[in-house]
Amino acid sequence: MYSYNEFDESYVRGRVAQFREQVSRRIDGSLTEDEFKPLRLMNGLYLQLHAYMLRVAVPYGTLNSIQMRQLATIAERWDKGYGHFTTRQNIQFNWPRLRDVPDMLDALADVGMHAIQTSGNCIRNVTADHFAGAAADEIEDPRPTAELLRQWSTDHPEFTYLPRKFKIAITGSPNDRAVTKAHDIGLRMVRNEAGEPGYEVIVGGGLGRTPMVGHVVRDFLPKADLLPYLEAVLSVYNLSGRRDNKYKARIKILVHETGAEKLKAQIETAFETIRSELTGPDAELVAAIEAAFAPPDFDNTRSVAFEEAVAADPLLRSFVETNVAEHKNPAYGIVTVSLKPVGGTPGDASAEQMRVLADLAERYGHDELRVSHEQNIILPHVRRADIAAVHAELKKAGLATANIGLISDIIACPGMDYCALATARSIPIAQEIAQRFDELKLEHEVGPLKIKISGCINACGHHHVGHIGILGLDRAGVENYQITLGGDGTETATIGERAGPGFSADEIVPAVERLVMAYLNLREGSDETFLQAYRRLGLSPFREALYPQEMQSHAA
Amino acid sequence: MTTIVRDGAFHGDDLSEEHGFRWVEFESLLAGDVTVDDEIGVRLPNSADPSVAIDHVLGVDAVSIPFPSFADGRGFGLARWLRRLGYEGRLRATGHLIADQYAFALRCGFDEVEISDDLAARQDESQWKVQVPRGAGQQSYQDRLRKSA
Repeated sequence: MYSYNEFDESYVRGRVAQFREQVSRRIDGSLTEDEFKPLRLMNGLYLQLHAYMLRVAVPYGTLNSIQMRQLATIAERWDKGYGHFTTRQNIQFNWPRLRDVPDMLDALADVGMHAIQTSGNCIRNVTADHFAGAAADEIEDPRPTAELLRQWSTDHPEFTYLPRKFKIAITGSPNDRAVTKAHDIGLRMVRNEAGEPGYEVIVGGGLGRTPMVGHVVRDFLPKADLLPYLEAVLSVYNLSGRRDNKYKARIKILVHETGAEKLKAQIETAFETIRSELTGPDAELVAAIEAAFAPPDFDNTRSVAFEEAVAADPLLRSFVETNVAEHKNPAYGIVTVSLKPVGGTPGDASAEQMRVLADLAERYGHDELRVSHEQNIILPHVRRADIAAVHAELKKAGLATANIGLISDIIACPGMDYCALATARSIPIAQEIAQRFDELKLEHEVGPLKIKISGCINACGHHHVGHIGILGLDRAGVENYQITLGGDGTETATIGERAGPGFSADEIVPAVERLVMAYLNLREGSDETFLQAYRRLGLSPFREALYPQEMQSHAA
Repeated sequence: MTTIVRDGAFHGDDLSEEHGFRWVEFESLLAGDVTVDDEIGVRLPNSADPSVAIDHVLGVDAVSIPFPSFADGRGFGLARWLRRLGYEGRLRATGHLIADQYAFALRCGFDEVEISDDLAARQDESQWKVQVPRGAGQQSYQDRLRKSA
């Protein structure tokens, strides 16, 4: 795992000192509130509905046990004893006091962490496949590239006052777990015909109020050309992106209004010039980054005890079926720890739970943890022989929920419970859906189903790419929930279709239940997932299930 | 009156009419009202296409680029492009840039920033001075990434 060198260390310390100074310059009047705002945002500090919120970067979702323990300490010392893991692999603290924030940043710097560029109109924290370095289907670990991009994008003099925020995601696997097609830039690591490594570059994806699937602008970009090419994309965007309307300022709108082909040509022209001038990246520096992500020393001893334990313990069996993914080393498994207990707040973890996770990573997981954009925590390298022990510890900490990829593994934004922009509540809807299907005992029968909930049109809950997406709006002071169907955030990315009129807060859970029941009746077998059934049948039968009265009146 | 920040210090404007210097709009240059041989500075709009502008401003003594708001970063990109394409004259940022952005301006190729007297009073010289990179100890990430010779 990458650890800070002297430069990183002194840079991050310098930033903390700078922010401390900016806070005091705000107080002494040197900076106006308007001038201070982007500076605090670029240090992760938001003003929310009830309080400040500090968003801490977890670069490409990777943490070690020391860092996780420090997050626990921060949660206890300066917040209310918990943190919220987000869809951008970050963690948010919801209740810090402004005067404590520089100290929190210092505490983060103590463990090689920061909150830089987690907000603001700059290049945000780069996200990556949460199974990076462990997945059986991986071509190459995307994290060395993600770390390179972290360094390149940090305090970039040209790209820190962009028209709008800019998000980059990268995956090294053909099965896209990083939602690359819904980012400003998505990178997929690929090989060309000669077997050389490079990237497929996707530009202009995004969710929010104008959801769009990104366009491939380069099928194959040689590895060495990455930084000049990205500078070209950013340069074109910085100079030509719209600044007259913040809702039309993302690069997806520029792609849409300019046309993908024309924009691609502009990028290529800029790239030609930039490439001749921007040398690097420095080979030694790249080699040092790559070495930092070398795989751990795997222990390949296997034991039949694991198979026996699975056979004997139905809870463990269910956990392994849903929460353990295939590791590239057959002696290992990737364990996903669900932060979605029935009735809980998706993505929340208490300080105590963070410590349990840190201990497990240290003891059984080669000291590595990941935050997934689906708001769960991953132990990427657990020896299969140790999974029963890990499961037992998780159970004690209330972290053994066996629901990964199932109906209660819901992504939900903070919604009106925290967020200043929200128009409806998200968390309670997620909780009620999970509770309802727990009562019905149907979750495992239903199988893979991604429900994603956003509490406003900005779509932080990624509802557009949920198999079932729920968007909470405000209709004349009353919460109203719209359903979209058939969305998909993977390599077959699709924006969900709106099913029809919205539902009230009381009606939305029964509506979801009708949808799921309809699916169970319509599917060709238990192998056919909800998404597959939807793709085969289209909206119509699901619409009928959602709006039975309307259908009756049509028939009458 | 305005203040010019150069090398981390406040200066008076040596490119003013009092000093026999003239600023013209980019359009006047395009129209041929003035030429690069005149002693002039050109006000380039921040919406200019650098690949077009460069052919006209090469050889001009000074170019100024406006920041209508400190949140509008087009000027950074435009300055960077002019330098990249070979402009070697004086490059001045005008409008609303704050001290916290001074290092970015320098790193993008600006020589100086013109600020209002109000801003100069609010953000005194010391607040600008600390922004000037102090040698290799203040190398940026971008500097480090460049291939070492």
